[in-house]
Amino acid sequence: MEFNLKIWRQENAKAKGHFETYHISGIEEDASFLEMLDILNEQLIREGQDPVAFEKGHSGPVSFDHDCREGICGACSLYIDGRAHGPDDHVTTCQLFMRHFKDGATITVEPWRSAAFPVIKDLVVDRGAFDKILQAGGFISVRTGSAQDANNILIPHDTAEKSMDAAACIGCGACVATCKNGSAMLFVGARVSSLALLPQGRPEAAARARAMVAKMDELGFGNCTNTRACEMECPKGISVDHIARLNREFLKAKFRQ
Amino acid sequence: MADKLISKIPDGPLAEKWTKRKSEIRLVSPNNKRKLEIIVVGTGLGGASAAASLGELGYNVKVFCISDSPRRAHSIAAQGGINAAKNYQNDNDSVYRLFYDTIKGGDYRSREANVYRLAEVSAAIIDQCVAQGIPFAREYGGYLANRSFGGVQVSRTFYARGQTGQQLLLGAYAALNRQIAAGTVTSYPRHEMLDLVIINGQAKGIIARNLVTGKLERFGAHAVVIATGGYGNTYFLSTNAMNSNGSAAWQCYKKGAYFANPCFAQIHPTCIPRHGDQQCKLTLMSESLRNDGRIWVPNNFDDVHKLRSHDIKASEIPEERRDYYLERRYPAFGNLVPRDVASRAAKERCDAGYGVNETGQAVFLDFSDAIKRLGHQRVAERYGNLFDMYEKITGSSPWEEPMMIYPAIHYTMGGIWVDYDLQTTVPGLYAIGEANFSDHGGNRLGASALMQGLADGYFILPVTIGDYLSHKFSEPKTDIKSAEFDEAEKEVQEKIDKLFSIKGHQSVDSIHKKLGNIMWDYVGMARTEEGLKKAIKEIDELKKEFWSDLCLPGTQYEFNQELEKALRLADFLEIGKLMAYDALNREESCGGHFREESQTEEGEAKRDDENFMYVAAWEYKGEDKKPELHKEPLQYEFIEVKTRNYKD
Repeated sequence: MEFNLKIWRQENAKAKGHFETYHISGIEEDASFLEMLDILNEQLIREGQDPVAFEKGHSGPVSFDHDCREGICGACSLYIDGRAHGPDDHVTTCQLFMRHFKDGATITVEPWRSAAFPVIKDLVVDRGAFDKILQAGGFISVRTGSAQDANNILIPHDTAEKSMDAAACIGCGACVATCKNGSAMLFVGARVSSLALLPQGRPEAAARARAMVAKMDELGFGNCTNTRACEMECPKGISVDHIARLNREFLKAKFRQ
Repeated sequence: MADKLISKIPDGPLAEKWTKRKSEIRLVSPNNKRKLEIIVVGTGLGGASAAASLGELGYNVKVFCISDSPRRAHSIAAQGGINAAKNYQNDNDSVYRLFYDTIKGGDYRSREANVYRLAEVSAAIIDQCVAQGIPFAREYGGYLANRSFGGVQVSRTFYARGQTGQQLLLGAYAALNRQIAAGTVTSYPRHEMLDLVIINGQAKGIIARNLVTGKLERFGAHAVVIATGGYGNTYFLSTNAMNSNGSAAWQCYKKGAYFANPCFAQIHPTCIPRHGDQQCKLTLMSESLRNDGRIWVPNNFDDVHKLRSHDIKASEIPEERRDYYLERRYPAFGNLVPRDVASRAAKERCDAGYGVNETGQAVFLDFSDAIKRLGHQRVAERYGNLFDMYEKITGSSPWEEPMMIYPAIHYTMGGIWVDYDLQTTVPGLYAIGEANFSDHGGNRLGASALMQGLADGYFILPVTIGDYLSHKFSEPKTDIKSAEFDEAEKEVQEKIDKLFSIKGHQSVDSIHKKLGNIMWDYVGMARTEEGLKKAIKEIDELKKEFWSDLCLPGTQYEFNQELEKALRLADFLEIGKLMAYDALNREESCGGHFREESQTEEGEAKRDDENFMYVAAWEYKGEDKKPELHKEPLQYEFIEVKTRNYKD
């Protein structure tokens, strides 16, 4: 297969970015999107050796975040043809395969675009804001070694499953990149909800919701206006029901205040 | 120098060793803990749990990871589960049995005392994780559910769908976040350790590169903990994450820490087969699939040819023309034999010409019987997400046709040598999780990596490191302006400058692929003296090629992924050679290390306990000099060493 790739290039956080277009051919249908970018980078490294290319300000290989390539680490984060993680449903970019594209197509590749995720280089963004939100309260306060026997508190099968549905979040940021308001409500909702559903998470549930929402607002994420776009693009299919549960916990915290 | 290998295993009965050691360890008072600094490199299960636990104790911790967030560490990708000797199933499990299975699974090449301790603390890990809010699978009565894994005959594996590693890591990461918020831990994401700094023979800090700015930065401490995982990516194609590397551990080796059993690499039997030359990563399918899936190939070449030419589907081949070779060869354990045994058996069938895809390097993993027996819904609950993942990648549905699988490099049992306290041969330098060598011998059992990472990080290191630090609190903070730091930073800078100065023609990946091919062909599933010698020669040549023909674009002072990869490959080239040395030295077959010269008439691995019942600990002797071998004899006081038997 062959493609024209229109890729966002930006030297660093301060530089102005622009699109560059590259042609690539000889791609197997079974190759993943990131393997295709690996091949492009090989090509760009070869071209970059040419002194003429250097003089012309050749941009070198494209930087993009990736790691496990199994859809679980949440590192990959490409906005492809106007969709977070591209044109397949419920996958991360690393699990997107070229058989989903038409031979000869032009494919546009951008980084996550959000005020809270500044670009570091090319397609790599800084998602440190997610860590900060979780540091604000996304945990259960238990010291190492102070836990009782694991079977002492029973948790109904369906409750554990629901909690697991929310806990499946990989923290990739597709929800934020997709949301027209740049809201992180699905990310925060998933964490709050996963813990609030479990008896172990109840004591801090309201305080947790309040602290995480406050931090989210402080870091420049937008508000949720219930468009459900995040749910559509979440690679793990996390439901907006978890945002509703977050709102309930948040209101409880407000009333208590 | 052999006296450096003092394992510090406490005397006394096996079950009392850990208690005894804990009672001997000196304590550090809370006000003194505040004065002590610890560097933790890596944020997988070991690193995150250690950093969080040390922070809770009141130490000043600095934690480093190469990703944008600690949560991306490769522990996140572990699928199947975590073992613990809870005996919730009343199937006669016990600490002793978990210990015994692990020693036996490791083919009698790990330390009794370490493995017993691992089994002993395993139950507390599950308690801790449940308290953190990890949504383990539950039965309808609300009790925790279990499943079985390879190499054992009880159900002791706890799991959260096919995402157990993710959930456990998110638990450790949450504990870490809590400490970061409390100010006891400072987090340095996108930082890569490039050297260890030693002052007066003690580990006192690291040189790290800020991966965003490209600057080299200095960090001092009273002790350094390495939790950077394994070196499976030496093979280029593996199930490891793309950024997983052996470099931090390798710098420790070059600074005097011994490296133990490097040739023990695990080849996982259930991975998705290669699809072509453009691939850079292999995908694992959880071993838990072997609970209900049956592995087979056709028993005749006619069907094999028809499969390869797509004239017949696997599901159309009747029972009598199938060879369920694991059930045939190992009736007692069947499809649940340990990973090394299952991998070799797959290779044996494929080498004999029965492989089922175009490349002839695949076998079937079939769920049709399980679907008949359990029904669609229960199979979906257990394996639904794995089936989806398989279908996404291959375009074929395991509900209709059996999966195709083939072995791939997955884990490295070898690593930095540590004593019972998890301290390396360099005082003040500790290694935990996959980065050390200690608990899995020649082969790791499934669902035991998560157990070891968390055992080391939550319950062992935070105790043992106190013994070293108890007489360090009066020492001043490490001076990062000292000559030792100057020297270490200068060395790193020279290495980076040298890489940029080569200006050759080959990309990092293209050289790495060549290394991978050498490793897989000669230091892979079956090894011979001749092949290993060839590997050493070829790696030497490739190393020269790397240092004379590498093309490295960009500059140091920017986000430069090619530079990151080049620095790691420089080390993989050296690690690969040490692996080959070690494999050549170990003239026996043992666990994941199979020397063709050492096998039984039936083709099973043949250990040589008389000559090789030791840990091979290698000491760095300088660039291009042969490393020196030190032997730590393994003594089995409490169990009888037997030939591993999974047949009856």
